[in-house]
Amino acid sequence: MSNEEKDLEDLQKKKDLEAQSDQPSSQTSELKSDASTEPDARNEANQNPPTDTNKEMQDQSTNDSPTSKTEQEGATEPSHTSTTKSSKKPNEEPTSASSKDETNTEKTTAKKSDAQIDAQSDEKPERPKRPPRKRKKKDEEPKEEAPSPKQPQLESFVQVIEEHLGKNVLAENYINRLSKHIPTIVAKPEHYFQLAKFLKEHEELAFTYLSDIHGVDYETHMEVYVHLYSLTKNHSIALKVKVDRDNPTIDSLTPIWEGANWPESETYDLLGIQFTGHPDLKRILLGEDWKGHPLRKDYEPYDVEV
Amino acid sequence: MEWIQGVFTSSPTIESFAIYLLITVPFLLMVLGFVTYAILAERKVMGYIQLRYGPNRTGGRFGLLQTVADVFKLLIKEDTRPKLADKGLFILAPVIAFVPSFMVLVVLPYTETLTFANLGIGLLYFIAISGISTIGIVTAGWASNNKYALMGGMRAVAQMISYEIPLLMSLVGLVLFAGTLNLTEIIEQQQYVPYILLQPIGFIIFFICALAELNRIPFDLPEAESEIIAGYHVEYSGFRFAFFMLAEYVYMFAMAGLITVLFLGGWQPIIGLGFIPGFVWFALKFSLVVFVFMWIRATLPRLRSDQLMEFAWKVLLPISLANIFLSAILKELFF
Amino acid sequence: MIRTEEMLLNVGPQHPSTHGVFRLILKIDGEIIKEATPVIGYLHRGTEKIAEDLQYTQIIPYTDRMDYLSAMTNNYVLCHAVETMIELEVPERAEYLRVLAMELGRIASHLVWYGTYLLDIGATSPFLYAFRDREHIINLLNELSGGRLTFNYMRIGGVKWDAPEGWIEKVKNFVPYMREQIEGYHELVTGNEIFKERAKGIGTYTKEDAIAHSLSGANLRCTGVNYDIRKVEPYSIYDRFDFQVVTREEGDAWARYECRMQEMEESLKIVEQAVEQFPESGPVLGKVPRIIRPPKGEAYVRIESPRGEIGCYIASDGKKEPYRLKFRRPSFYNLQILPKLLKGENMANLVAILGGVDIVLGEVDG
Repeated sequence: MSNEEKDLEDLQKKKDLEAQSDQPSSQTSELKSDASTEPDARNEANQNPPTDTNKEMQDQSTNDSPTSKTEQEGATEPSHTSTTKSSKKPNEEPTSASSKDETNTEKTTAKKSDAQIDAQSDEKPERPKRPPRKRKKKDEEPKEEAPSPKQPQLESFVQVIEEHLGKNVLAENYINRLSKHIPTIVAKPEHYFQLAKFLKEHEELAFTYLSDIHGVDYETHMEVYVHLYSLTKNHSIALKVKVDRDNPTIDSLTPIWEGANWPESETYDLLGIQFTGHPDLKRILLGEDWKGHPLRKDYEPYDVEV
Repeated sequence: MEWIQGVFTSSPTIESFAIYLLITVPFLLMVLGFVTYAILAERKVMGYIQLRYGPNRTGGRFGLLQTVADVFKLLIKEDTRPKLADKGLFILAPVIAFVPSFMVLVVLPYTETLTFANLGIGLLYFIAISGISTIGIVTAGWASNNKYALMGGMRAVAQMISYEIPLLMSLVGLVLFAGTLNLTEIIEQQQYVPYILLQPIGFIIFFICALAELNRIPFDLPEAESEIIAGYHVEYSGFRFAFFMLAEYVYMFAMAGLITVLFLGGWQPIIGLGFIPGFVWFALKFSLVVFVFMWIRATLPRLRSDQLMEFAWKVLLPISLANIFLSAILKELFF
Repeated sequence: MIRTEEMLLNVGPQHPSTHGVFRLILKIDGEIIKEATPVIGYLHRGTEKIAEDLQYTQIIPYTDRMDYLSAMTNNYVLCHAVETMIELEVPERAEYLRVLAMELGRIASHLVWYGTYLLDIGATSPFLYAFRDREHIINLLNELSGGRLTFNYMRIGGVKWDAPEGWIEKVKNFVPYMREQIEGYHELVTGNEIFKERAKGIGTYTKEDAIAHSLSGANLRCTGVNYDIRKVEPYSIYDRFDFQVVTREEGDAWARYECRMQEMEESLKIVEQAVEQFPESGPVLGKVPRIIRPPKGEAYVRIESPRGEIGCYIASDGKKEPYRLKFRRPSFYNLQILPKLLKGENMANLVAILGGVDIVLGEVDG
């Protein structure tokens, strides 16, 4: 493998490899090495099924997740371990610190991967990951202390919302540091429509432009993610709402923004979320006779081989 | 050449019929040859305007056999007919469109002597016969049982009927000046000054209307590729399609010939260059007109149907009427 | 009385002016459109579904195939989203190469639009002129990336290849050439009365309509909304360049035409400045972890593609494959307003309106 890697590196332009010779940074070599190590990882998974995967499943209390999913998890989980301890550990601290409001499932993932690493620490010793770790630490450590620059903005948004709509409409609010520090609010499903309308119409907020609307299937629940932007005030907000997975129904935003029409249809098509009040909810991308909703995690393709 | 004139004017006998056939069949072949090479020329001219080569493989470096190959391909292609098409009309339509385009050729004077029918009302005959091809087009559009074809057919009717009026009106001024409808006589009167100089407004209107009658860009609405796909001949294939195609180009030949005759002085040479034979002059002027047709096609976008109608009725018709009055006054004062 | 009835006309999915496999069910009365129902999805390839089984780097070639006329911006939006999540610094030289590639791509994309729009309207020659000049850009990008349409050039943390020797010089020479050509386009088309008649006042919508329908790009700016993500949320190194956001007030096809034509000139300005500021040397790929594993969480980034606002949402569960990947595809949003625009219009305006929206079906269907 190392020979192949070398060749590929030689093919690449003379980047300053000398400076970072211990860390092969070229993308090709990365892909290659990944592909070549993957079978190993998979084999290992089959030989000794990691008990902590099951533990994680219980932690997440995913009762409705089908067996196919667990299999998938089992197959992909060991590849987690291909990064060594050193690169994983610092990851745990900032994420859990920055978004405290995130559920503790995240911590369990981090913990679990730690445990896994301990179990299989002898794996892939030829992958030193020192430089990225150092850099990451440098970057992220000061941020942990410093509040996000968008924090006041979020607070002002929340204040305005709570003033007018009461404290009951928001389930959560936080800064999403991963997404350019965007203020994120999570609405309660019953107030979702009202809140969206308020966000658009209030003159201080004035989120007149709907940038994106789509759904995500989190297995425990579904989520509709709406990205709003204010053309006059030049600020953005992410509005989220959690939807029950077994009966995914939520108000449609089409009466507020006509532009939500097709994206909501798309979300229905791919994830099966029903939007009440939508003028023309249909399978927009797949055919009308399509069975299932492909982006749901429990979707089983008709042709399993594909 | 005198004897040809004699044959043309003699009373019909078997002998003159044979001679007639001997002259006209090569002439028809010549027209077909023209069509073949007009298509090639159009593709070449547009190619050069559009920075590409055009046909350059079949038949040598200049693609001389390209159209021949194309027509041959159309001949041997399967002749498809939609199941629900009106069979009789579907077959008849290309013929109705095709025949008049050849019939009008008979009155065009190519040189002093080479005129097949020196009709007294040559001009009127030409315009009248050319109107028949519209029927062929609308028949094709109707018989295809295709919505696009129907729309193309309807567009064609609306357009051709609308444009025939200013087309005729623009010629009235010229006829006033010439005092005759005989095309040969009209040419003879342009010995010194071609009518394009005496009737500039009439020429412009006639030229625009000719483009519209030919269904060429910017007036190619009946077969607008990007809107109604190919309009009335969308369902035609094989040789029936070739008929439409040929009719279009033969008609272009006829129109270019008519413009040459009416406004550019036909075979009349530019003064001082009389040693060059008449048919060369005719060919030169004629080629110029055809070239301008192609040039326009490569340059302009297409009009919209309502704009097209407005343009015909609100712009061209009033101007052509005004042109008649102007011509009448000028004629009264100076000629 | 003549008995008249409405006719149902199926435009597409095989129609020369739908720019791909797009279908419109029209209810027409004569040539007047009473109702238009767009049907999409003929080119849906499930990019988002496929991506859930792929590592981030492996998704890049799939993005090429969405908006295949400006593959560079698609490449970028994915890389940008991942870079935002893992807080990766991109070397300066790579950023310049990316901006050059994207802006050249924007010009190329607008050229295709210009050519095909005029072709829709019935003028054949501008199409070939536009493609000739696009060919120059494609050749430049080909030298850079090795591809002509689906470049697959950008990588998370930088770009795949450094610029070959003399490439910057070629780009530099291209700018004045292209300016001259744009002059030519204006001479050929902008002054043409028929074109003016066909485009002016066609497919008009108001500012409010445009915002409500989430239009973006030139479709939004033609109504006078000054909205360009390169300005309002500068990404990459766009804050270093001096360029204007082109807006028009009329909101018709003509305004869209003018916007796009001038946007090409603004892009040339950016290219010119980027060439001037181009760093002499340096790496083109940052210090990328061998396997990219964004932390658990989600990110949504948006950038300005030639067709408008293209966004990329990634939800990660800490694995090397995205948990959910979603592209906000501008053509998909822009096309929504079509039924409203077509109502009561003439059939002939159909192509003028549809063409003016500038859709790429690969993007609409995802």
